[in-house]
Amino acid sequence: MQLTQRLGAIGYRLLQAVPVVFGIIVITFMLTRALPGDPAVYFAGPAADERSIAEIRAQLGLDRPLPVQFWSYLSDLVRGDLGTSISTGQPVTHELMTRLPASLELTLVALLFSVLIAVPLGVLAATRPDTWIDHLCRFIVTAGVSLPTFFTGLLLVYVFYFLLGWAPPPMGRLDILYLSPERVTGFYLIDALIAGEYATWRSAAAHLVLPALTLGLFTLAPIARMTRAAMLQVLASDFIRTARSAGLNRRKILLSYAFRNALLPVITTLGMVFSFALGANVLVEKVFAWPGIGSYAVEALVVSDYAAVQGFVLAMALLFVTLNLVIDLTYTLIDPRVRLGD
Amino acid sequence: MDTLAPRPNTLGRHFLYVLSSNPVTAIAFALFTLIVLTGIFGPLLVPYDPLATHSARALEPPSWDHWFGTDHLGRDVFSRVVVATRLDLLISVAAVSLSFVFGSLLGAMAGFFGGWTDRIIGRVLDTVMAFPLFVLAMGIVAAAGNTIENIIIATAIINLPFYARMVRAEVNIRRNAGFVQAARLSGNSDLRVLATQIFPNALPPIMVQLSLNMGWAILNAAGLSFIGLGVSPPTPEWGIMVAEGANFIVSGEWWLTLFPGMALMLAVFTFNLLGDGLRDLVDPQRRT
Repeated sequence: MQLTQRLGAIGYRLLQAVPVVFGIIVITFMLTRALPGDPAVYFAGPAADERSIAEIRAQLGLDRPLPVQFWSYLSDLVRGDLGTSISTGQPVTHELMTRLPASLELTLVALLFSVLIAVPLGVLAATRPDTWIDHLCRFIVTAGVSLPTFFTGLLLVYVFYFLLGWAPPPMGRLDILYLSPERVTGFYLIDALIAGEYATWRSAAAHLVLPALTLGLFTLAPIARMTRAAMLQVLASDFIRTARSAGLNRRKILLSYAFRNALLPVITTLGMVFSFALGANVLVEKVFAWPGIGSYAVEALVVSDYAAVQGFVLAMALLFVTLNLVIDLTYTLIDPRVRLGD
Repeated sequence: MDTLAPRPNTLGRHFLYVLSSNPVTAIAFALFTLIVLTGIFGPLLVPYDPLATHSARALEPPSWDHWFGTDHLGRDVFSRVVVATRLDLLISVAAVSLSFVFGSLLGAMAGFFGGWTDRIIGRVLDTVMAFPLFVLAMGIVAAAGNTIENIIIATAIINLPFYARMVRAEVNIRRNAGFVQAARLSGNSDLRVLATQIFPNALPPIMVQLSLNMGWAILNAAGLSFIGLGVSPPTPEWGIMVAEGANFIVSGEWWLTLFPGMALMLAVFTFNLLGDGLRDLVDPQRRT
């Protein structure tokens, strides 16, 4: 494909994301306006009278018609303003940005762990059908989708913290002894290395193991299932038969012919798995008191901090759309078969 | 020629055949029956009142008196786990039925009429799917109010696109099939053709989806109540019981978490196995 054609394809794909993003913004806007209670009454507190409620309503702009409110919501959004959290008094954008790295570090390490286990497992299961490794793969896939994340997390805490004492207590990202490393990326594992604080790094890593394992176990099943299915399909195709009859060695066939072709559906699944992981993240963060945006949202939910919840939902959706976009663009770049508008 | 005559109990025989050929499916059906019976009769059979507190016997490990131990208020964990079955089943059955009904309706309309109807419905569904689904459910419950009804509605909304897409595809491929044209020719209206000819043919794959979806719906609803949405504390429900037990796991009182969690896992596992079994049942390639 020509370069201009590729650029065109990328531009077209970016354009396609616009209505989705707009839809997401409309839905998050509607979520707060669909409140059964009157937010003005809530903000005014229990001691408020009619007049102060009306004042607050005007102050919040809730007395204006919906399209006007939507417009001001949009223009706030463009400026990166998600409103102010009523429980902490801080701007929601600021809170989300400070907590996002913690969630991302957890999610990415978990995904890395599950990819490292699930992909080889799926490949092995596909190349050795009906052996013990295939059965193991099938068992993990069926059991994995039945596991409630929060329950696995608690079981791991019981075994590795209470019984064996190997893991640190499930309270946040670091021992209280250590200060958080100077913020560069917000990923403690990276920041601690940059600052050269190896004890901090070890503590951060120790705290990360159980939550990442919990989340990873949850995402393992779909990835292993997809890898196995994609590999089986590719291995049955004609070009593999040709490669075999041409006498190429097994390793070469598996790695450079079959695996590369099986990778595409696996990457697509990763997008879906990421959606699951973002949801499960909330539960895992609650179990391990992980100071990410998931536990922020749970705290906000408990005290009905709507601006914070709305900002969280929007941020998660935008994160997910961006990731899908990146996956699709990677496709366009690496797979010559993907064409304009497919 | 009586072998060619339609036998009234073909499906029944096939059902028995599938059960006998695959013991796992048989186990799944047995577990399913057990769970449903527990949901119906459980509250009548439990040894203790699930809400009765007994502070003198708080946090006791499992024993002959209390099979699953007691919680921090001295309530019997076994009774609470058993009684919770009904609520958890009700939430997921209600949610899955809602998404089945409305999802089928939207999907059938999109697949049958095509054009703008299809495009608009498709767009809306895409937008819903663009959210991480559990997060969207949290947002819906937060916005609409923290009640069990809203947990059901939120779970229904996040599952709806799967049904709608499936029904749309199934309806779309049959839109101009021979038997549909025949039904039209004999004077049936569009809606009648859709309801009596096309939709019934799309049902089998949807039933499989329904069962697989039940497990996912139970997980979702339990996850929501785990973070404190929907069900409020004294009510026995698996998600909230695990959440209550979470406070005691670091001090080693494992039974508060383990038993409701296992019940939850068993239910989800059963529905997933059942889905695979149903797939064998409706998949024509498996019929002999």
